[in-house]
Amino acid sequence: MAWQWFHRLGSPRWFYQKTSGWLPWLALASVILLVTGSVWGLGFAPEDAKQGNSYRIIFIHVPAAFLALAGYYIMAISGAIGLIWKMKLSFAVMRAAAPIGAVLTFISLFTGAVWGKPTWGTYWVWDARITSMLILLFLYIGVMALSHAVSREQVADKASALLALVGTVNIPIIYKSVDWWFTLHQPATIRLTESSSIDPSMFYPLLVMISGFYCTYAWTLLTHTRALILRREMKTQWVQQELAGEK
Amino acid sequence: MSVTTKSPVVLQVRDLACERDGRRLFEGLDFSLNAGGAIQIKGSNGAGKTTLLRTLIGSTSDFSGEILWRDKPFPRGLRSMRESLLYVGHRGGVRGGLTPLENLTWYGATEASAMEALDRLDLFGFEGSLCNSLSAGQNRRVALARLFLPQSPCLWILDEPLTALDVAGVAALEKQMANHLENGGSLLLTSHQPLNLPGLNFVDLSDFLVEESFSDMGGEHVFN
Amino acid sequence: MSLTDVQVQAVGARETPGFAALFKIEMLLALRKRADIANPLLFFVTVLALLPLGVGPEPELLAKMAPGMIWVMALLATMLSQESLFRGDFEDGTLEQLALLPQPLYFAVLAKSLVHWIATGLPLALLSPLLALMLNLPTEGYLCLFVSLFLGTASLSLIGAIGAALTVALRRPGLLLALIVMPLYVPVLIFGTGAVQAAIDGYAYSAQLAILAALLAAAAALAPLAAAGAIRISLDN
Repeated sequence: MAWQWFHRLGSPRWFYQKTSGWLPWLALASVILLVTGSVWGLGFAPEDAKQGNSYRIIFIHVPAAFLALAGYYIMAISGAIGLIWKMKLSFAVMRAAAPIGAVLTFISLFTGAVWGKPTWGTYWVWDARITSMLILLFLYIGVMALSHAVSREQVADKASALLALVGTVNIPIIYKSVDWWFTLHQPATIRLTESSSIDPSMFYPLLVMISGFYCTYAWTLLTHTRALILRREMKTQWVQQELAGEK
Repeated sequence: MSVTTKSPVVLQVRDLACERDGRRLFEGLDFSLNAGGAIQIKGSNGAGKTTLLRTLIGSTSDFSGEILWRDKPFPRGLRSMRESLLYVGHRGGVRGGLTPLENLTWYGATEASAMEALDRLDLFGFEGSLCNSLSAGQNRRVALARLFLPQSPCLWILDEPLTALDVAGVAALEKQMANHLENGGSLLLTSHQPLNLPGLNFVDLSDFLVEESFSDMGGEHVFN
Repeated sequence: MSLTDVQVQAVGARETPGFAALFKIEMLLALRKRADIANPLLFFVTVLALLPLGVGPEPELLAKMAPGMIWVMALLATMLSQESLFRGDFEDGTLEQLALLPQPLYFAVLAKSLVHWIATGLPLALLSPLLALMLNLPTEGYLCLFVSLFLGTASLSLIGAIGAALTVALRRPGLLLALIVMPLYVPVLIFGTGAVQAAIDGYAYSAQLAILAALLAAAAALAPLAAAGAIRISLDN
């Protein structure tokens, strides 16, 4: 059958055993990229003309914000695959992606607030991007709360996948409307959202940090998914063997 | 299993396995239901009787194996099956904010036929009160009154229809079921009480239990 | 073979109820539960009447807050009444029967959302000039407030149906429903208040109303689909 490969791909056991080998490499890549990026960005990149050293928080803020949004789509797409092809594995990926994405959203909000204090003189401004991020956090929390509230796991999987999909359709509309709302209420002040073209000496370490965050994200997602798979398939023989073998 | 060899098979189940909450309930289930045939699903509590019925009406698609409606496999056959299906589940489908008469009219009855159906189940005089104010047993009978309407769909799937019925109600129901079968209809039901119905066949889910050695591999070979 | 055909014909199939029949029965049920219609309205009026007690009676301040407050309260009133949208039908098994009809659940959800809007959003919109008067909203905003609520609450009813369908099988969905639905309400809120604000400031507001209408069109097309899917998921409980 043509579907055979697809079903094997969806088999938790196949996934678990296949990814075992990837994890150390991902971890290694993450460490190298993150260390290089941090040292470069914090130690060697030049000081910003206007903001001084406080701008350096972008080396965490920007990658976190990137992945917070990408993570929502990863969650929603794996949920959609689960709904359409009834793959247990992709539901596990979806469930694992939700808290990671929520944490990243929170990190980007938090670093944004820390950055805002020296820049705007206040921790919180109702800036378009910050507001959108806050709503994204609520969307994540909604998916997580729903998946925890439904007692039957299979129903919880499907319900939160559907909610994540609804959120995906809404995110562009929400972003556009918040953007419009911001231009309406904000008489010309500093607009950090329109970042003046960034100097290569700051851009390259940022790029390294972004790739580092992507690797870390992948490692965390895989590890969390594997843990979820072990818990869900606890009664099956291969998990028993797997656990026995690791001792 | 078939009653009369001439009558065609309407619903066929081949090598069906169902699981719920990661637990395999039964597997290798095979049976076929003829026009004019009746099958009672037996099994202890939690054996998966309701899950089987809900699988057959297409409310859940977590199954492996084949279900065919008039030789068309699910999910293609499901649509045409639903056009000729009358299902009464644990929850009867009786709107509390409507009267019994209005409820039956919603299910396609004319006023005269609805009144007659209600009368057959001893609900005469209650047709105008809101179902909210009726007892659980009365609401159950309103739900079952659908079986007494003319032009009934040809496949009846009933989950514990006899619960909360008195002796007279059970007798009326049995008579109506026999009538339905005579007219070429088919019937699939679960019941804890014995049913006096000529030509009734049985499918016992405990015959299709999952053997231990297989259940260990359960997660592997079908449902992934 | 001819014998089979006769037998099959002898036992017929019923006609499936169309959108009009679904709408009619939902209207009948809504009219029988008048308290359910009155409660969101009373909530709307009471909370807004409390507002001056909280922020003080200065007319300018109230006028400044009025569009936003009226809109936020309309949002809450709609959402609070949404919890029971599918609940009764879920508990008595009607939802299960609707899901078994050969026709898609889309129309049943659309009919229910429409009736919900007629029972909550429409009266809220009709009542809004009175509250605008109490909150000292400049008269230029009245028409726009009414039209924006008229269009916007319909979207809210449709979007909320998704949340109601996802939580219908839960015992206490109240706060979870709010958590799910509120972020999805954001665009409607922004353009609703934006339109009224523009009207008060003397600008053209037709663009905002057009966007609200577009949101409504999109919600009418997509939200019942999502809600129908959610109902099928919730029924598998």
